[in-house]
Amino acid sequence: MAYSDKVIDHYENPRNVGKLDADSENVGTGMVGAPACGDVMRLQIQVDDNGVIEDAKFKTYGCGSAIASSSLVTEMVKGKTLEEAAAIKNMEIVEELALPPVKIHCSVLAEDAIAAAIEDIKAKREKKAESAA
Amino acid sequence: MAKLNIPVYLDYSATTPVDERVAKAMADCLTLQGNFGNPASRSHVFGWKAEDAVTEARANVARLIGADPKEIVWTSGATESDNLAIKGAAHFNAKKGKHIITLKTEHKAVLDTCRQLEREGFEVTYLDPEDNGLVDITKLADAIREDTTLVSIMHVNNEIGVIQDIEAIGALTRSKKILFHVDAAQSPGKVAIDVDAMNIDLLSLCAHKVYGPKGIGALYVRRKPRVRIEAQIHGGGHERGMRSGTLPTHQIVGMGESFRIAHEEMETENAKIEKLRDRLWEGLKDMEEVYLNGDFEQRIPGNLNISFNFVEGESLMMSLKDIAVSSGSACTSDSLEPSYVLRALGRNDELAHSSLRFTLGRFSTEEEVDFTIKEVRKAVEKLRDLSPLWDMFKDGVDLDTVQWAAH
Ligand SMILES: Cc1ncc(COP(=O)(O)O)c(C=O)c1O
Ligand code: FES
Repeated sequence: MAYSDKVIDHYENPRNVGKLDADSENVGTGMVGAPACGDVMRLQIQVDDNGVIEDAKFKTYGCGSAIASSSLVTEMVKGKTLEEAAAIKNMEIVEELALPPVKIHCSVLAEDAIAAAIEDIKAKREKKAESAA
Repeated sequence: MAKLNIPVYLDYSATTPVDERVAKAMADCLTLQGNFGNPASRSHVFGWKAEDAVTEARANVARLIGADPKEIVWTSGATESDNLAIKGAAHFNAKKGKHIITLKTEHKAVLDTCRQLEREGFEVTYLDPEDNGLVDITKLADAIREDTTLVSIMHVNNEIGVIQDIEAIGALTRSKKILFHVDAAQSPGKVAIDVDAMNIDLLSLCAHKVYGPKGIGALYVRRKPRVRIEAQIHGGGHERGMRSGTLPTHQIVGMGESFRIAHEEMETENAKIEKLRDRLWEGLKDMEEVYLNGDFEQRIPGNLNISFNFVEGESLMMSLKDIAVSSGSACTSDSLEPSYVLRALGRNDELAHSSLRFTLGRFSTEEEVDFTIKEVRKAVEKLRDLSPLWDMFKDGVDLDTVQWAAH
């Protein structure tokens, strides 16, 4: 299969690879997929007090398109509010990376990873608000 | 020092380049100046000459497997040979019984043919191999029933290169008077075949894994005791009625020449290839979490099938853009299922997703092997740095205890 130039670029120079402290109260972690399915994505976001994503990191086990999708997503979410980030749809990733139909599920995984990371940080904040109240 | 040809071809089990000597022999059978006649033309010298060439090729193929030339039926390749052998034998013996035994790690040409027979009312037992890929003969013996008419077990597995004990299986099937078909597409030139010593009744071959052309193969059909099969392709009654169609002289000559060369050079060639394969394995095996798939001893010289744990196979191949290999990863298949062969060995899905098959051959060089070692190590390291599973493994997390959000 031939890869698009954008997939190759993200694959060869992945942006924002790494790990944030999952225990920090400003960090939301989303881990989706399963090793048995051949893809696992971990997306982490660091959110400031105004609910703006100031940093994002990923690590992905999966095909080149999955790696490129998660790399792209870390770039997309930075600077966005949680609400804006939650509105990102997988088709934006598909279009940006010119993914073929068999690779659409890789972009869905990236969308799921954002949602999971947002859910995690929201849950943390609610818990904190409850214990403060 | 041989020069490094990029991209490096390490996918000899998928197909091989045609040997120059074979190409030359084939080219001599095409044009007006060459041997272009129809081997079935009995009335003139063009036909006779073509028939002579076919006869010589038949003898070369027969010699490599210890058969009589009359027992060779030309086909379009191993897929057709498998179809002809299995459907032909099953149909011919349908009155005696409708049970067939085969192996879960067979090539699709065998498995899908068996599936078709199931749709027609036959029953098929798909045996599980042991974890090393080999058949446990007692399990095979236990699977045999009153109504079993055919056992089909491959000689050399195309993915993991393991060699089944065909002689032991043949002794069993012969003693039970059950027909024995062997898919030997991957064997010629790599491991010895003797249809008599091994008690084989039907044997599938093709040319394109032995430096011959694609689109030509053969089925060995035993004459003593006579094995009868139903034809699948009907027409002019060529090949003793078992496979009609004008014989493609140039293809047949190519197959014959490739088998002749295999017969003559097999020993020296295998020694060379095995050394290179071992060099490749030595260069990779000290990495962490690297697993060899399939038995190391009962294995053809040119095959190495390795799982690089925590790295996904397709992304690994993407990193190895200058090296042609194949992967058991789901992401490289249309079905999105990882290799059924590795799963049948009891490898978990992760390891199946993480596998690469390297197959070396006649034109492989030490330079290519050293280049491959360097590139693979670099790629695995890079991808592990990107892998959340590697992180977790390094943090001491047992991945089997994690609740995965499967999708
Ligand atoms: C074990 C085995 N059987 C059958 C085949 C099919 O052979 P062919 O390509 O000649 O149809 C192959 C090769 O792909 C093979 O490796
Ligand atoms: S992760 Fe399997 S196809 Fe992308």
